[in-house]
Amino acid sequence: MKKLLMSVAVAAVALSLGSAASLAADKFKACWVYVGPVGDGGYTFQHDVGRKQVDKELGDKVETVFVENVAEADADRAIERLARDGCKIIFTTSFGFMDPTIKVAAKFPDVKFEHATGYKTAPNVATYNAKFHEGRYILGQIAAKMSKTGTAGYIVSFPIPEVVSGINSFMLGAQSVNPDFKVKIVWVNTWFDPGKEADAAKVLLSQGADILVQHTDSTAALQIAQEQGKLGFGQSSDMIKFAPKAQMTAIVDTWGPYYVERVKAAMDGSWKSQQSWEGMKEGLVTMAPYTNMPDDVAKMAAATQADITSGKLNPFTGPITKQDGTVVGEAGKPLADGDILGMNWYVKGVDDKLPQ
Amino acid sequence: MEQFLAVFLTIITAATPLLIAAIGELVVERSGVLNLGVEGMMVMGAIAGFAVALLTGSTLLGIGAAIAAGVAMSLLFGFLTLTLVANQVASGLALTLLGLGLSGLIGESFVGQPGLKLPTVFGIDGLVPFSLLLTAAVAYVLFKTKVGLIIRAVGNNHNSAHALGYRVIGLRYLCVMFGGGCAGLAGAYLSLAYTPQWIENMTAGRGWIALALVVFASWRPLRTLVGAYLFGAVSILGFVVQAMGLGIPSQFLSALPYLVTIIALVIISGNKRLTRANTPACLAQSFVPDR
Repeated sequence: MKKLLMSVAVAAVALSLGSAASLAADKFKACWVYVGPVGDGGYTFQHDVGRKQVDKELGDKVETVFVENVAEADADRAIERLARDGCKIIFTTSFGFMDPTIKVAAKFPDVKFEHATGYKTAPNVATYNAKFHEGRYILGQIAAKMSKTGTAGYIVSFPIPEVVSGINSFMLGAQSVNPDFKVKIVWVNTWFDPGKEADAAKVLLSQGADILVQHTDSTAALQIAQEQGKLGFGQSSDMIKFAPKAQMTAIVDTWGPYYVERVKAAMDGSWKSQQSWEGMKEGLVTMAPYTNMPDDVAKMAAATQADITSGKLNPFTGPITKQDGTVVGEAGKPLADGDILGMNWYVKGVDDKLPQ
Repeated sequence: MEQFLAVFLTIITAATPLLIAAIGELVVERSGVLNLGVEGMMVMGAIAGFAVALLTGSTLLGIGAAIAAGVAMSLLFGFLTLTLVANQVASGLALTLLGLGLSGLIGESFVGQPGLKLPTVFGIDGLVPFSLLLTAAVAYVLFKTKVGLIIRAVGNNHNSAHALGYRVIGLRYLCVMFGGGCAGLAGAYLSLAYTPQWIENMTAGRGWIALALVVFASWRPLRTLVGAYLFGAVSILGFVVQAMGLGIPSQFLSALPYLVTIIALVIISGNKRLTRANTPACLAQSFVPDR
């Protein structure tokens, strides 16, 4: 069966690449590799919104191509094909594409690569990421204010630093309102499986959580919250249409400006490898309107958002007590970027064992 | 008690699409045809059901459309493998690819639109009891009626069945269509009951799990039922254990449904001779009538 699945995956990549290859080649070619379908209504959808902005702003000079649904195990081939097909800059948009990107980049020194949410770079590989955890701090504050049971249910994909720092930031935000706030965590080990996400959501609600938070890509969990009269947050994209009575806000990924800037840089030759990590201040992380909450909670959320945007507040300001009781960070100073980008520990109060 | 009930209902919703798709494929395979396109037929059912329900405002019409979409896909498969005698494995895989691609194309304008949900009574929708009745009916027809005997005969030895005057190709067409209808219905269950929305690729591999269930249940309907519910139960209990914070590695819990289901079904189907007797001897073999 595994062999069959493999051949399906291979054939799928071959098919999608076939369509990518048939486009004209005179314009500057910018390419994207997506982990999910552009129609996921969440993470990949938002990347594609960014790609379309490149099309809109630089469309007369740039041709954009994307490959969707690329399995992480099969990423090498997909990326290499794009590089061979004349892509001048390739954005690989999932953490799991990190090693394949580095590997392929070594073979194509003239092609620029941009890998999202990873930490490995090369002369022709830059990384870019957004400070999603800034938004999660606000979610934590709202959750702590709005929860009746004092417990949130948190659906997560894989134990990578971005996800772990998101959980921690959420908890720190929640604890700033209610020091005894609890979070129940369920790892579904997938970015995208609406059914599983819905299952996890139902289980969490049945176990006493009344607010759902997710770090997976579909709208399923929010729909369950809506169905059961509970509350939740959108992920990556404003999902209010799916849960008009349940979504309190959503962290919205806004990649467009970054993509436009980097494609331009690659075209005029000013592109350099870097590790970009921008957040609310630069407009990469935005929040959907605050709804389904009393005015005072919405005001608090907006104030926190303003403070994070202005730089007055950093969610990871020391000292921070880890789950095991040790303390990191100096009083009043934020943690170093590297500590957050490589975060592999929980803050105190998270009742879960971090999968290794 | 309430918590127990909520978990139980979650298990049922997780198991039902697997059961419906697997029961359909079981009949197909019993007739000697291996259709690996379950995933593709299922995802087409999901989009057809979602789209028609949304456009007409009727979930019932949606379900009808999903079944029709599944049957249409299976007819394509039937035409390729039964009429043109193409390789069943390759055609089935192609059907999956076609379904995933075509559903994405059709569904493009439906992404991001909340859909309709099947009405429920005590948290259970009509398809749940239907899936149980379907299983019982298939078990009855396959093993207690003449029609079932003929289907199994065609699956076990198409040459003999042909020599006895049974229309092998015609019967296989009907079985393939039944399987397609079931897969389409299972897809509609996803987009109209499980998670009422359309997202590309929303079947997320459930068609493949259904296929595996049929094999591990050694082509017996009631064992397939056990397998589907066991798979659903262990998946959901994995989440429950996680939410309780017991510290068991989540990767292990994610793998557990596969392990437990396979082990349990292998034990149930322990007798090797009986298993062999249950395996359709002509599975995946093309039939060309010699006269």
